[in-house]
Amino acid sequence: MTTRDMVFVALFAALTAACAVFPPFQAPFVPAPIIVQNIGVMLAGSILGAKRGGLSLLLFVVLVALGLPLLTGWKGGFGVILGPTGGFILSWIPAAFVVGWFVEKYWHRLNFWNLLLFNVIGGVIVVYVIGIPWLAVVANMEFGKALAGSTIFIPGDVIKAAVAAAVAMIVKRSYPLVHA
Amino acid sequence: MIQVSNVNHRFGERAVLTGINLSIRERRVGVIGANGSGKSTFARLLNGLLIPDNGTVIVDGLDTREDVKAVRRRVGFVFQNPDNQIVFPVVEEDIAFGLKNLKLPKHEIAQKVDTVLAKYGLTHLRDQAAHLLSGGEKQLLAISAVLVMEPRYVVLDEPMTLLDLRNKKLVLDTIHTIEQPVILITHDLDHLQDFERVIVFDEGRVVADGPPREATRRYTQAMA
Amino acid sequence: MLSLYVPGGSFIHRAPAAVKLLILLIGSAALFMVSSIPVHAAELVLIAGLFHAARLPWRDTVRQLRTAMILLIPIFLFHVFITDWVLGLETVLRILVLLLLAVLVTLTTKPTEMIDVLEAAARPLRHVGVNPSKASMMLSMVIRFIPMMMREAQEILEAQRARGLDRNAIALLMPLLIKTLKMADDLSEAIEARGYDPEPVVPVWRKKG
Repeated sequence: MTTRDMVFVALFAALTAACAVFPPFQAPFVPAPIIVQNIGVMLAGSILGAKRGGLSLLLFVVLVALGLPLLTGWKGGFGVILGPTGGFILSWIPAAFVVGWFVEKYWHRLNFWNLLLFNVIGGVIVVYVIGIPWLAVVANMEFGKALAGSTIFIPGDVIKAAVAAAVAMIVKRSYPLVHA
Repeated sequence: MIQVSNVNHRFGERAVLTGINLSIRERRVGVIGANGSGKSTFARLLNGLLIPDNGTVIVDGLDTREDVKAVRRRVGFVFQNPDNQIVFPVVEEDIAFGLKNLKLPKHEIAQKVDTVLAKYGLTHLRDQAAHLLSGGEKQLLAISAVLVMEPRYVVLDEPMTLLDLRNKKLVLDTIHTIEQPVILITHDLDHLQDFERVIVFDEGRVVADGPPREATRRYTQAMA
Repeated sequence: MLSLYVPGGSFIHRAPAAVKLLILLIGSAALFMVSSIPVHAAELVLIAGLFHAARLPWRDTVRQLRTAMILLIPIFLFHVFITDWVLGLETVLRILVLLLLAVLVTLTTKPTEMIDVLEAAARPLRHVGVNPSKASMMLSMVIRFIPMMMREAQEILEAQRARGLDRNAIALLMPLLIKTLKMADDLSEAIEARGYDPEPVVPVWRKKG
């Protein structure tokens, strides 16, 4: 890893934290508020690729666990990680990695639509696959019930994936970082 | 001595430096020019941050193309924006960073950090978070963090551009106290009055080179 | 400023960070193995004693737990309606013990101490190509740049609010990204100018080949 790689990993972890400053907002016909910070996760993968993106989120999650209040709503600490929604936070590490893996593989054919798909696979499906069973175990819920309860977040998550794809495509045109 | 010979450099289509030949042996050298004149690119040649397309840069007999590490050890570099060069969250940690890269023993690092903090009036800020410092304090920290490594030369790339008037004076006064030869890149003539030599850049070429008064005259002409 | 750490001189504050983290790790695993209402009630009493010994201000503790509490109520109600209230009480108590233990460690341990523990814990990973000093340097850089980026984000939010674009995620993220990319170039140059050499640690299994 070069100095520049280390700098990118660190700055995108800081960027994800800084997204906590943007208040969650409500979109029409979408039941749950949209949290900008989750877009940061997809951006790290889309812009930095698998290894650097995943590492970036690993640093972020480690700092949250160490007690820095970096999550939207100024939450942080080991309790958040071990709590019922901890799986969603931990899943950000593989989520950024998976988005980045697809982006690297399809770098030369990347467009808004396939990037949207990759963001949904990594940034939504991976997050649910880890987050929902975690919730079910910690809260003693049946898996199906936990899944049903999480469906209200799906429309918002797809919007986030679209925003991340649009932003990452603009960055790719002016500042390609994966196969530079 | 720093010897720049036959240097040309392009960024894509644009020639940023053309036919540069200079040898620098004075204690105080100013480099002045408008935005985009090539003066910052020139500064980056001097410690190997940038290797020119053609030509050579030799520092005390070391070629930046071959011995970039040894050259960087000799030529300290201070950037325009201190916010983008302070790497560590706490003042004393950041000063220690360069010394750790030199692989010095712990007690020597601690002692050198103490000395430089005292010298530049930063001792009371040693445990402070870097982001809480004022602009001038940040630039003093950046300068201290370079000087603590005891380079042979110090290149400063517009270190006062982003500061207010009071902090400009604070940083300029500090630059005057530096013992090593100084190469100061600036776009403000007033900073260079006491300098031995001033080099004027315009569109990637050296258009004037000499004592401040003569160089200033040429610079004002070029700007008019 | 940035951390949740509350300074103090209690024995919990002075205990080594490694010990506290280890107890938290073992404790959280044990909680899932032994789960019953009387046991959790006893644990709660013990933890309340520890909080008292650490002399933590109520305000900080409550603030840490508030968001979790909002989650505990629906989990309890879920069990009351779907399974039974005994299981609900047991679950909620278990989560509460877990959270309180974690909050106690978070509030009494300096983040820098925890970074040191992590660096030590990561040392064996050197053999698979992980460089602990690089990792801790990156962690330090993140801590250095978070306040700066947050201020930047705040300024962007205010600027876009003035133009009525503060509900537009692209208008908020794009300027922050441009700033980040520009900063990355400057910062890499500055780090190398100060003689940093990111010499790669070659994993042992690759050295042999």
